[in-house]
Amino acid sequence: MVTLGTRRDAPRTRGPVDSRGYRIFRIVNTIVLIGVVIVTLYPFLNIVARSLSDEAYIIAGKVTLVPRGFDVTGYKLVMSDAMFWTNYRNTVVYTVVATLISIVLTTCYAYVLSKPQLKGRGLLVGVALFTMFFSGGLIPNYVLVTSLGMKNTIWAVVIPNAISVFNLLVMKAFFESLPTELEEAAAVDGLNTYGILLRIVLPLSKAIIATMVLFYAVSFWNSWFTAFLYFDRQDLLPVTVYLRNLIAGATSAESAAADADKVQAAATFQAVTIVLTTLPILAVYPFVQRYFVSGVMLGAVKG
Amino acid sequence: MWPELKGSGMRGPVSVDSGASSGDVAPAETTVRAPLAPRRRRSWRQAWRRDWQLYSLAVLPLLFFLVFRYLPMIGNIIAFRRFKPGGSIFGEYWVGLRYFRMFFTDPTFWEAFTNTLVIGALTLLFCFPLPIVLALLLNEVRARRFKRFVQSVSYLPHFLSIVIVAAMVMQFTSVDGTANQLVRLFGGDPVAFLQHPEWFRTIYVSSEVWQTVGWGTILYLAALTTIDEDLYQAARIDGASRLRQTWHVTLPGIRPTMVTLLILNIGSFMAVGFEKILLLYNPLTYPTADVISTYLFRMGFQSSNFSYAAAIGLFEAVIGLVLVLSANLISRRTVGTSLW
Repeated sequence: MVTLGTRRDAPRTRGPVDSRGYRIFRIVNTIVLIGVVIVTLYPFLNIVARSLSDEAYIIAGKVTLVPRGFDVTGYKLVMSDAMFWTNYRNTVVYTVVATLISIVLTTCYAYVLSKPQLKGRGLLVGVALFTMFFSGGLIPNYVLVTSLGMKNTIWAVVIPNAISVFNLLVMKAFFESLPTELEEAAAVDGLNTYGILLRIVLPLSKAIIATMVLFYAVSFWNSWFTAFLYFDRQDLLPVTVYLRNLIAGATSAESAAADADKVQAAATFQAVTIVLTTLPILAVYPFVQRYFVSGVMLGAVKG
Repeated sequence: MWPELKGSGMRGPVSVDSGASSGDVAPAETTVRAPLAPRRRRSWRQAWRRDWQLYSLAVLPLLFFLVFRYLPMIGNIIAFRRFKPGGSIFGEYWVGLRYFRMFFTDPTFWEAFTNTLVIGALTLLFCFPLPIVLALLLNEVRARRFKRFVQSVSYLPHFLSIVIVAAMVMQFTSVDGTANQLVRLFGGDPVAFLQHPEWFRTIYVSSEVWQTVGWGTILYLAALTTIDEDLYQAARIDGASRLRQTWHVTLPGIRPTMVTLLILNIGSFMAVGFEKILLLYNPLTYPTADVISTYLFRMGFQSSNFSYAAAIGLFEAVIGLVLVLSANLISRRTVGTSLW
């Protein structure tokens, strides 16, 4: 009886009293986790420091966490490159258009797949699922997109990856969790399927749609390979490919810098471009992080 | 015995006049089944009449899948046909297994194949268990603020473009970068890490760990919260130490998640970090860095040999599919968890 009493009074943590070994473990654990934080953040801080440092200090390998010989020439040069801004604008345009298309297609299909009574639903799910494990591959995709005349158009980057099966499953799981009574009542009131989707289901799905927008937007914002593959003209490239060309050593900005005999800024160039391309993501990250986490969880429930 | 029982039970009072033998069951079942066939055919029509608006919503997405997912699968037929740029997307004429024989006898292909296996295995070895370890460590943290902070920070790299990660890796490993600052600190000479084949795997795997481990904990942390607290109490009453509780309660509790993620990891084994390798490798590091997908890329786009590259791609995709199917099968047979 006594043991029963203490058990009930015990806090939710495991065990009434920590053993000495466990106390030591907790200290070590805290140190390890602080180490994880440092290792994760250090490269970011180092890049920021480099972007603001004088070239001479960088080459001498003296830049760690604090900018040495504070210098914003790199920023001035990158930001005065018209191509950088053109490419940046392209990224924004591609992200917005692609996300819009993706959301519409994903929502429609997920809604259809969430209807258990629908005949042929299994087949429709299978069509999507199979593509998760087998894909046509790089070459046939390239041949297809080229022969459709989509090369050097925005469609080459926004259409071929319009539906992510993972996102589709997350959304399907969400729609399945909605109570059916509301839709049934709306149907009795004479609303057709489109009306139900637009006026009943979507208003209830704001949170999941926000999550999906974030998932898609981040993946399109970050993508570079499709653009790299399908765009021959520099003024079509997104900023990720601008950065890629920079680290591969071939952009107008860098040659401009060499022409202007400002070799000094060449090494800070990469750092500056990294900072400027990462900035939007870092700026919104703290506010949207929890939506990502909840989205992944929702997918895992069903996935 | 069983069908007879069922038959007699079904007929019950009606079966007074019949001989009541087991043979009667079969016709009885067919009469039940007979109307099913026409009803199913009719119900397709019914389903269409009732749900055509739903079906209409599926048209565009379905078109997407057919054109941009299934058509390229069929497009793989150029692996068996001569392909002419600008000609038919399905190639000109049959050449049989010529391109397959070509890469099977190509030493560069086998080098890439070996590298794929090695890099894939190393990635699996580090990127699969480390999130579990980190999740277990996070799970022991009682200060919620601190836990939340560590989580937020460790998720961050997941959101970066692979280009940014590659650029950061280049800065980090450059002669004036952090890695060489450490080397110099310990009195060594600076190394141009990305120019040395022997360093490539280390760089690749560590940057992969850096980018994926934090995010990888999410599903485990979610699974950890679902473990029944009573199990821990029971374990404590049995005198189990913390370590034993972790071993006997926590780990079995997250096993389904572990298995699912392991299967998915195995499924992507062959497609190892194509984009990152493409950004990080160079001719000097080909001996350890060149994987099937990057080799295929060079064959296709630098040597313009589309059919040859498609043959390699098809080979890779089939191996990937076989891997995920067998992993799934094995896990269903052994631990009862499977993807579908």
